[in-house]
Amino acid sequence: MSGHLFALVGALVTLAFMFELLRRRRLREKYAGLWIVVALVVLVAAVFPGLTEWLSELVGITTPINLVFFLGLLSLLVVCVQLSAELGEIEHENQTLAEQAALLRLRVERLEAAVAPDGPGEDATAGPDA
Amino acid sequence: MSAVSDAPEPRVLVVLPAWNESESLPGVLAEIREHLPGVGVLVVDDGSHDGTAAVARSLGVDVLELPFNLGVGGAMRAGFRYALEQGYPMVVQVDADGQHDPRDVPRIVERLAHSDVVIGARFAGTGSYEARGPRRWAMNVLAGVLSRVASTRLTDTTSGFRGAGPRAVELFARHYPAEYLGDTVESLVLASRNGLRIEQIGVSMRERSAGRPSQSPLKASVYLARACLALVISLVRRRERITPQEATVV
Repeated sequence: MSGHLFALVGALVTLAFMFELLRRRRLREKYAGLWIVVALVVLVAAVFPGLTEWLSELVGITTPINLVFFLGLLSLLVVCVQLSAELGEIEHENQTLAEQAALLRLRVERLEAAVAPDGPGEDATAGPDA
Repeated sequence: MSAVSDAPEPRVLVVLPAWNESESLPGVLAEIREHLPGVGVLVVDDGSHDGTAAVARSLGVDVLELPFNLGVGGAMRAGFRYALEQGYPMVVQVDADGQHDPRDVPRIVERLAHSDVVIGARFAGTGSYEARGPRRWAMNVLAGVLSRVASTRLTDTTSGFRGAGPRAVELFARHYPAEYLGDTVESLVLASRNGLRIEQIGVSMRERSAGRPSQSPLKASVYLARACLALVISLVRRRERITPQEATVV
């Protein structure tokens, strides 16, 4: 019974922690969502211990705790894959930004060269008095 | 707009993706100037640490300075975007390390009248470039599969010496693959999937004028594995078709 109590407290602490992070805007909803779901599942499993046993019997796992481990690993996998996908997207955006920054920089250089009084000189220092 | 020069707009842009090539760049640019008087030249500094951009600027060519290293694919996509923005219908990629002979560029440009992508191939009879071991096998496998995909005979699919015509420039400005080997292998898959015609011509490949090539058996094996993975992924990837409006930049 104390084991269930432990799981219950753990789930509640996790939920509170997620809520607090969200409240302080340290965590965005799309990432917090999954963790909240995980904490809720643990909470439900802790309150109704029979549920885990019933479910593990249903899928054919002899020891209920193995089902818990399996689901835990599965959810970690899902989170990792989601993060990889997000990272790929961010890399792509990052690349586009770098390209645009380079293109704009060249444009600024050209405009500066066109505006500069003494033509195509290399005076990058001749700025402030203009 | 910026009416600086009244010379007729050059129609071919030579793009040199350069990563820490400050030693070899002056020689390559001098050769380009000597043999290709009419072309536009753009150096894309791919996050170098050795002042490549400054060297290029001091030599009077346009420089796109990427804030950090994006790889050849990213550098080339920036180059294609620049070409599209500036109205160059044709782009020829030349490596900044001096391996590509600028005198081959006119032959590539000439073939762009018939094809959208022209590859300067190293194993097509000219020159004496040799690759061995796993790297060679990888090149053969890639050449075999990509020849089928592009329905033309290609022998050197990883060559960085290539030209792109108007349709290819438009496509690549938007979708040039930036991942590892994407600039060579995947870009060919992308081009043929979008109905572009690809061909190759033989070119001679020279020794690097500076710096050191990175090759070892281990690296070659990793190259083999990654090349095959890149090929398989690009072949099964969902098709991306573009419309002309989509390709406009900035």
